[in-house]
Amino acid sequence: MIVAGIDVGSLTAKCVLFEEKVIAYSIAKVTPDLENTAKAVYSDAVKKAGVSAEYIVATGYGRNKVSFANLKVTEITCHAFGAKSIFPSCRTVIDIGGQDSKVIAVENGVKNFVMNDKCAAGTGRFLEVMASALNVDVSKLGELDEKADKPVNISSTCTVFAESEVVSYIAQGEKVENIVAGLHNAIASRIAAMAKRIDLKPDVVLTGGVAKNKGVKRALEEILQIKILVPEEPQIVGAIGAAIVGKNYASRGRKSERF
Amino acid sequence: MLKKMKSNEKMKQLMTNYYMMGFASEHVSWITSGAPVEILYAMDIYPFYPENHSALFGAAKQGTYYAEVAEKLGFSRDLCSYARCDIGCVVSSVNVPNPTFLFACNNICNTVVKWYEVLSRIYKVPLFFLDTPFVRKELKENYIRYVHDQLVEFIDFAEKITGKELSDLKLRKTLQLALKGVKAYKDALLMGRNKPSPLTAFDAFINMAPIVCLRGTEYPINFYEEMKLELEDRVKKGIAAVDDEKIRLLWDNIPIWYRLKWLGEFFASRNTCIVADTYTNAWSWMIVKDKSNVLESLAETYIFIYLNVGIEHMAKAINDLVNIYDVDGVVIHSNRSCKPYSFGQYEIQKMIEVPSVVIEADMVDERVFSEAQIVTRLEAFLEMLK
Ligand SMILES: Nc1ncnc2c1ncn2[C@@H]1O[C@H](COP(=O)(O)OP(=O)(O)OP(=O)(O)O)[C@@H](O)[C@H]1O
Ligand code: SF4
Ligand SMILES: [Mg+2]
Repeated sequence: MIVAGIDVGSLTAKCVLFEEKVIAYSIAKVTPDLENTAKAVYSDAVKKAGVSAEYIVATGYGRNKVSFANLKVTEITCHAFGAKSIFPSCRTVIDIGGQDSKVIAVENGVKNFVMNDKCAAGTGRFLEVMASALNVDVSKLGELDEKADKPVNISSTCTVFAESEVVSYIAQGEKVENIVAGLHNAIASRIAAMAKRIDLKPDVVLTGGVAKNKGVKRALEEILQIKILVPEEPQIVGAIGAAIVGKNYASRGRKSERF
Repeated sequence: MLKKMKSNEKMKQLMTNYYMMGFASEHVSWITSGAPVEILYAMDIYPFYPENHSALFGAAKQGTYYAEVAEKLGFSRDLCSYARCDIGCVVSSVNVPNPTFLFACNNICNTVVKWYEVLSRIYKVPLFFLDTPFVRKELKENYIRYVHDQLVEFIDFAEKITGKELSDLKLRKTLQLALKGVKAYKDALLMGRNKPSPLTAFDAFINMAPIVCLRGTEYPINFYEEMKLELEDRVKKGIAAVDDEKIRLLWDNIPIWYRLKWLGEFFASRNTCIVADTYTNAWSWMIVKDKSNVLESLAETYIFIYLNVGIEHMAKAINDLVNIYDVDGVVIHSNRSCKPYSFGQYEIQKMIEVPSVVIEADMVDERVFSEAQIVTRLEAFLEMLK
């Protein structure tokens, strides 16, 4: 059976067509019309795959707005299943998206989870704000991090205050590379504080769009003193998980819209 | 979809009468929720509860408006929203019984100290402040003596202001009534042990005002006995509060008043029943200790209340409820307003015997509530429990 997993996050929508493995996927920016965003990203994946799905699962913030989905599941459950399917040794998932970050303890499904509070610190949004203050593209942050020799110390946890700290480092003539590495350390310490609330067991898998940033992986490994695995395309892990949850669910012949 | 209890209507009548009584009373004391109200009732002094009043405004979704009024005067947004809403109401001349004096006890928090000082300046009336030592591990004898002596002073204070005398017999009678009321209340709440449960914590929240405001009078005794009968009747007829109850949960902290109905429907539509909570149970634990000395009994009772004890005690209380009500998990409301209630929740979480989830919100201030974030946390938690 071909299943589609659609993850409508706060910043991007992801769709995966899945049979025994990923057949095709698509990523698009979220527009205010979530239903249409989901349709567009689904059509795009179908076009790439040349087949359509028999069963559709929606996840992410916009899941309840996807009226054509057969099932709706939260991204917590989906990231757990997705990461576990890619790395069967996975016991912990750290997902850093655009607006949320979460640490999930995985056993057979979700054992426990913690999420960031309302504040944007510790999420992709934080890095986007800082990148724009530094006038660099977020996709370049990883390379810049590698070239840092003495990361600065960002003491504010609040995004607004941290931005003004960054601005003052720029004014002092600090190297951009060192500011970037300092920001990655700040985000990592924020995530580490969250991770302390649950039992962090190896292997740890990093997912979400921010996982593409090598600097965040570096900083997390340093602060948590643990090796971190990153899937080839970390941004679609939630969508993969959605498809897998859907497969299990449909094969058990269940009908309800909720997990 | 929510099954309304008949008690709700009776409660509304009872509380309307209670508020009317305030306007007709010669002497009114404003009082914090954790202060020994029995002394006031024994002296025929009417107790007015700003916290209850703010909760009412919160449930009516007017709390944020009045909180903003207080903020415009310079009160910080970090201050408890019961306090902000109350101060906002007072300066906006919302009709409330004017105080003859104020009675604040810090067994719930230290916010009430400054809050009541502000009220004292606004109304130009005297304030009596009862200081209860915090019980980190064990309650010591000298704590009881310390509070006992202040109670003696308080009685003197109240007698001088009102010109009335406290009769020892009347105080004992009032304590008896309070004890009976608490017992009736507890028995009604315990109906939540039934599977499926005939009531939800939301029913308990809606119907908690009488035990808070009228404790020490006949009213709560009759009210909660009837409420229990209604619940027994539901059990007999096989009526569950939530259809097809699959998951049973415990709620920790003050309810999110402006979202009571929304949360009730959220859980009910997911076959989940919140069968009990720590907030309403805080009053069910107010069993006045039986000592020969009445004031010592009162002192001990009011020192050892839920928000005035260390987290080991709090965790134990939660685990007791987990076992009594046989729940599958705990929803922990991290309440931006109430620091003593929310502080330590992450530590307590580790000590709870069943899975739990933390949601961040505020009991009265709607600006703090983020629906999408809360839905995701709660749904993920329910998925995890399945
Ligand atoms: N190549 C890249 N390098 C660095 N960061 C990236 C890259 N691509 C995307 N990101 C970051 O990933 C974030 C989006 O991640 P993702 O798509 O997982 O979020 P989302 O699922 O929409 O959000 P959420 O899960 O919080 O609702 C953005 O903040 C973006 O800056
Ligand atoms: S801080 Fe908590 S205990 Fe104190 S008045 Fe506010 S709600 Fe009550
Ligand atoms: Mg996401």
